[in-house]
Amino acid sequence: MKKITFLVALVMAGALSALGAEPVKIGMITTLSTKAGYLGEDIRDGFKLAIAQGEGKLGNIPVELLVEDDGRKPGKGKQIAQRFMKKDKVQILTGIVFSNVAMAVVPKVVRSNVFYVSPNAGPSALAGKGCHENYFNVAWQNDNLHEAVGQYVTEKKFNNVYLIAPNYPAGKDAITGFKRFYKGKIAGEVYTTLGQSDYAAELSTLKSKKPDAVYFFLPGGMGINFIKQYAQAGLNKAVPLFGPAFSFDERILKAVGDAAVGVINGSQWSSDLDTPTNNEFVSAFKKAYGRTPTLYASQGYDGAMLIGSALKAVDGDMKKTNAFRKALNKADFTSVRGNFSFGKNNHPVQDIYVREVIKDANGNYTNRIVKKVFTNHTDAYAQECKK
Amino acid sequence: MLLFIEQLINGLQLGVMLFLMSAGLTLVFGIMQVINLAHGSFYMIGAYVAATVTIHSGSFLLGMFAGLVVAAIIGMIVEFTILRQLYNRDHLDQVLATFGLIFFFNELSRIIWGRQPLFMDIPTWLNGTVEILPDIHYPLYRLAIIVVGIMVALFLYLLFSRTRLGMQIRAGATNRDIISALGVNIKLLYTLVFGLGVMLAALAGVMAGPILAVEVGMGESILILTFVVIVIGGIGSVQGALVGALLVGLVDTLGRAYLPTILSSIFSSQIGNTLGAPIASMSIYILMAVILAFKPSGLFSVQNRVDS
Repeated sequence: MKKITFLVALVMAGALSALGAEPVKIGMITTLSTKAGYLGEDIRDGFKLAIAQGEGKLGNIPVELLVEDDGRKPGKGKQIAQRFMKKDKVQILTGIVFSNVAMAVVPKVVRSNVFYVSPNAGPSALAGKGCHENYFNVAWQNDNLHEAVGQYVTEKKFNNVYLIAPNYPAGKDAITGFKRFYKGKIAGEVYTTLGQSDYAAELSTLKSKKPDAVYFFLPGGMGINFIKQYAQAGLNKAVPLFGPAFSFDERILKAVGDAAVGVINGSQWSSDLDTPTNNEFVSAFKKAYGRTPTLYASQGYDGAMLIGSALKAVDGDMKKTNAFRKALNKADFTSVRGNFSFGKNNHPVQDIYVREVIKDANGNYTNRIVKKVFTNHTDAYAQECKK
Repeated sequence: MLLFIEQLINGLQLGVMLFLMSAGLTLVFGIMQVINLAHGSFYMIGAYVAATVTIHSGSFLLGMFAGLVVAAIIGMIVEFTILRQLYNRDHLDQVLATFGLIFFFNELSRIIWGRQPLFMDIPTWLNGTVEILPDIHYPLYRLAIIVVGIMVALFLYLLFSRTRLGMQIRAGATNRDIISALGVNIKLLYTLVFGLGVMLAALAGVMAGPILAVEVGMGESILILTFVVIVIGGIGSVQGALVGALLVGLVDTLGRAYLPTILSSIFSSQIGNTLGAPIASMSIYILMAVILAFKPSGLFSVQNRVDS
């Protein structure tokens, strides 16, 4: 009897301490305004879904999510990071969409012994020599999705590919990533102005070079314009188009319509990936927000699950930084994309697929997996990382 | 050679789009002396309304009509409530007020339509390509844009040179006080001119809808080019806007198409690829600088204004 009373008291005390604990604060710096605002919106909504499923907890530890909009501006991202760290004493940051913002924020943050979990941007500079033990990328290294398409295009024996990307670092990275695995000839390589909306001149030149395939990386609205104009010039029937998943997320597809159907694109995730975790995620997301999740939403969700797994390991005690870091590195969670672990540079080792854009039975545009191109794929920069 | 002709047509088509935008802007400036930075917002409103109506009704023409009418009404309300207070103020005040309007309209569109870009397709009767020259297939829709542009240029020419309204507008541009002393309702005239300018911007937006992403902020990217056009053409001159728009359209398109290749053949292909795009996007500003060096007030400067 005494023993039981003692046990009950112990359990109650435990419950009390859990109740009394301050929630762990997580700071999310993301892009909610500008044309690219939907990217941050989906990352945030995916992250929030994970918290909602845990009824306010991640890994059974109460958390508080603080969200701020960086407006796609590196300077603003920096300010928000400062405020989160100084005023709110946040020790876990996440959320940044764009590589240029990440480059301004991340190096400083991780040096101040704060953890950063990237749900999107994966610039090569942070994966190679600039890697850091407190920096974790739960999405991909920037080159990865392009590499997968390069490999697929080579496998399919295309031998004269035309390349097009905007003239800025991520555009160059994209083409570098593609070329790393593409072995054929290059029919032409064009860099356009960032933010360009009309591609008539480029399309005419492209046509005259008679390529057997086209690979393009034009994120956001640029991609919408390009895909529409590509189809309008009658090229989609003649020359197959390839790209990374960024121009074929469900939101862009809605704005592009039939013009994108049949396009092959590289992604680490797809809504039709048939794993129990993913099926549950996709239907929960649809139920909560009334739309099909994009890959960004899946990355936000995985980011939250990863943080949750590490919080659980240290029992919500963020003073145990070493234990928390180790737990993050173990990646002890079930990713919606299936296989997932961290490589030497804390970037994902994961499978990468090519998907095809289809129109489903309900008339919605979405992606269907065609093939797994890479199994346990890591990035080209991991070897340079000496942390 | 055939490719060059195709690129010329591309340039012409871009020029026509820019003409639709700049004709309205230069008209408003030339006649009302108002710098309207929110011109791009009306382009966006035209595209949004047209896309929405097209989605729901299935008819592109109905969408186009709705886009023009709604934009013109909003434009006239803006003129009546806001710009009217600014006619006698400094240009800086006008710039500030209309700059504020850009933010207002962007946020309003985001509230109404959300962040999801809208889908607008080419109507089936304008879809497809035409063989304009042996082996050169050109999108029919882009040819239609050129035709619409030529029709608008003709319409404006006839309006200004052949109608009473056009005469009054021209007179109002020269001397505002005298024409109102002659019994012409100059305030109404201004509202009409502004509505016309807005309608032209909305027409450009509607025509762009099926080609581009209909999204918040789409007006700003074309606004800068529009200003380059009217500065080159001579602020306030519709002929200037036509010539300027075609020049900018051609230089921009040919620059993008040929500069990388030319640079690659002179230097290495690496340099050509790296420098081609930035120099091509600079080309229209270089054109502007050269023209302004010889003709400081633009190609067709308007100098007949009597300031009151």
